[in-house]
Amino acid sequence: MNDIGGKSTFAIETRGLTKRYGDTLAVDDLDLKVAQGEVFGLLGPNGSGKTTTILMMLGLTEPTGGQVRVLDFDPARQPLSVKSRVGYLPDQIGFYDDLTARQNLIYIAKLNGIQRSEYEQRITAALERVGLGEHTDQPVKTFSRGMRQRLGVADLLIKRPAIMIMDEPTLGLDPEAARDFLDVIRGFKREGITILLSSHLLYQVQAVCDRVGLFHQGRMMLEGSVRELARQVLGGGYRVLVGARGPADALEQALAALPHALAVEHNQNGTYVVAADEDIRAQAAKAVIQAGGELVSLSMEEPNLDDVYATYFREVEHERTS
Amino acid sequence: MSARVEPIRGKREGSPFTGLWAVVGKDMADHLTSARMRILDALILITALGTVYIATENLRQAADDRFLFLTLFTTGQGSVPAFVGFLGILVPLVAISLAFDAVNGEFNQGTLARVLSQPIYRDALLLGKFLAGLFTLALVLTAIFLLIIGMGILRLGIPPTGEEVARIVLFLIATVFYGGVWLALALVFSTISRQPATAALASIAVWLFFLIFWGILTGRLAQSLRPVRIGMLEEVIRQAELAIGLARISPNTLFVEIAMGLLQPATRSFGMVLPTQLSGALLGAPLPLGQSVQLIWPQLTALIAETILLFALAYVLFQRQEIRA
Ligand SMILES: Nc1ncnc2c1ncn2[C@@H]1O[C@H](COP(=O)(O)OP(=O)(O)O)[C@@H](O)[C@H]1O
Ligand SMILES: [Mg+2]
Repeated sequence: MNDIGGKSTFAIETRGLTKRYGDTLAVDDLDLKVAQGEVFGLLGPNGSGKTTTILMMLGLTEPTGGQVRVLDFDPARQPLSVKSRVGYLPDQIGFYDDLTARQNLIYIAKLNGIQRSEYEQRITAALERVGLGEHTDQPVKTFSRGMRQRLGVADLLIKRPAIMIMDEPTLGLDPEAARDFLDVIRGFKREGITILLSSHLLYQVQAVCDRVGLFHQGRMMLEGSVRELARQVLGGGYRVLVGARGPADALEQALAALPHALAVEHNQNGTYVVAADEDIRAQAAKAVIQAGGELVSLSMEEPNLDDVYATYFREVEHERTS
Repeated sequence: MSARVEPIRGKREGSPFTGLWAVVGKDMADHLTSARMRILDALILITALGTVYIATENLRQAADDRFLFLTLFTTGQGSVPAFVGFLGILVPLVAISLAFDAVNGEFNQGTLARVLSQPIYRDALLLGKFLAGLFTLALVLTAIFLLIIGMGILRLGIPPTGEEVARIVLFLIATVFYGGVWLALALVFSTISRQPATAALASIAVWLFFLIFWGILTGRLAQSLRPVRIGMLEEVIRQAELAIGLARISPNTLFVEIAMGLLQPATRSFGMVLPTQLSGALLGAPLPLGQSVQLIWPQLTALIAETILLFALAYVLFQRQEIRA
């Protein structure tokens, strides 16, 4: 019954996937589907089972129970087929420090059985693409954390993967480097590569994920697009901040009357915070003018996964104790 | 619908050796360029030059041996052991230094997960590391042996005979296998311990144990397991046989016996002789090569068997190991 019968049309599919370490259930009955070309975020705090899930997808750890299909291959029995099509960026990425960037990648190319005539050009292209073209023949020990991370991405590119799995790829990067990294991921998505990435910093990767799964103690508790989850858990999640001068009551009423607005709060400093389940900045601006007010500022906070997570588990916790 | 119960480990696709030669190539290149290896090479080179010099000095005085070139390996002087004696000590050291950080080094560098996520099996990585060590050892020893023969030709003024060359080549092969045991041992410890220093110390502890204590222990063990009660000759022989059998667990003993059998052609048996005495069993005329080979054959197979056992242990440990930091 827990069989993934027939062909799996998903890039990654798990059914009842379970991993037990002694008494700890690291991954508990996980059903996950990642479609071709999708960017999926595996999100949750440390120890929630993200890395274990990833290792089982690559056949690097054996599941205790359940099934995994990656590109319709079984990683436990067809690890070579899986690993030649899936690029993996581990959470603590390491290189041979005494070798140059190019030498490190040559080894990976050889392990993938790529011929010399082919890999020379692939390596040059990959290093150019991640902006390490200048440092090709420099030993990796001279590289900064950010450069190593980019070399890790170049490493993924060598085998031309259909799927990239990245474990905590933004960990330890400064905000700018993290943003650059997300741009790189968007680039891969445009090329049709399926991407699964994990992070315990929810806000950092939410912008790049088509869908996310929120993990908690080995279980995937919530799954969907950030917007869906925000609507489901926060009842919206957009916060439109309207700075306006004018008749306070009239403004508040006008804003509250907008479609998609859920609640309005008036702060002392003259800003109105409108909770909404859509981006209603334009409508809010119009409403302020029509109500005889003066618009001073207008901004919006996107729904935030950290809020979703915190709210959801506060509720779960609350239900359990009451 | 009935739930099918499928074993997780069914038949694996593809060859377990996919990627093996990539690993061998990479690791051999690492070994041959490492500072560690250069130090050890220099050490072997110096002992080779020194002992061969001493040997040729002594040979000039009594030079009518049929196997002059073999005596280059087996002649010492006073407190200086023969080159074979040095090899017995240096080869384990070189082998251990080639493998004590083979697995845990990759782990600590964070390269293990990245390498194993390439389309290869763990088999290829472990075997590749072992073979890289073995080939490196073979390369270094071949160079040194050639050097010794070259020096011999220069200082003695004659070329080695065909039989001498054959015996030296066989001894070279045996020496590489002797190194293989220690290589596999260090590989085991590098899989067990995450700290390379711990793995190195553990390997050296085993080596010292066999070098120093095993000889003492085998005598004691034989005494307590097969005590001489009445004092009959049979009892004494049985005890001695057990002591020798136990001593042959040690790769050092096996290596010394192989060296005797191949390099001292007059050696006819290792029976009642203490294996640490290199010149004990010389009785008259030299054996033909074929018979010498027969004589050392059990020792050579024992060395190879020990290597395989240790490698299998490392393999089992490595297969079950979690690869994450
Ligand atoms: N080798 C192991 N032995 C025992 N427990 C482990 C092992 N690896 C992971 N765990 C446990 O499994 C759980 C999930 O860990 P992990 O998958 O690393 O979480 P995450 O990647 O989300 O931080 C944790 O409770 C962790 O302690
Ligand atoms: Mg993790």
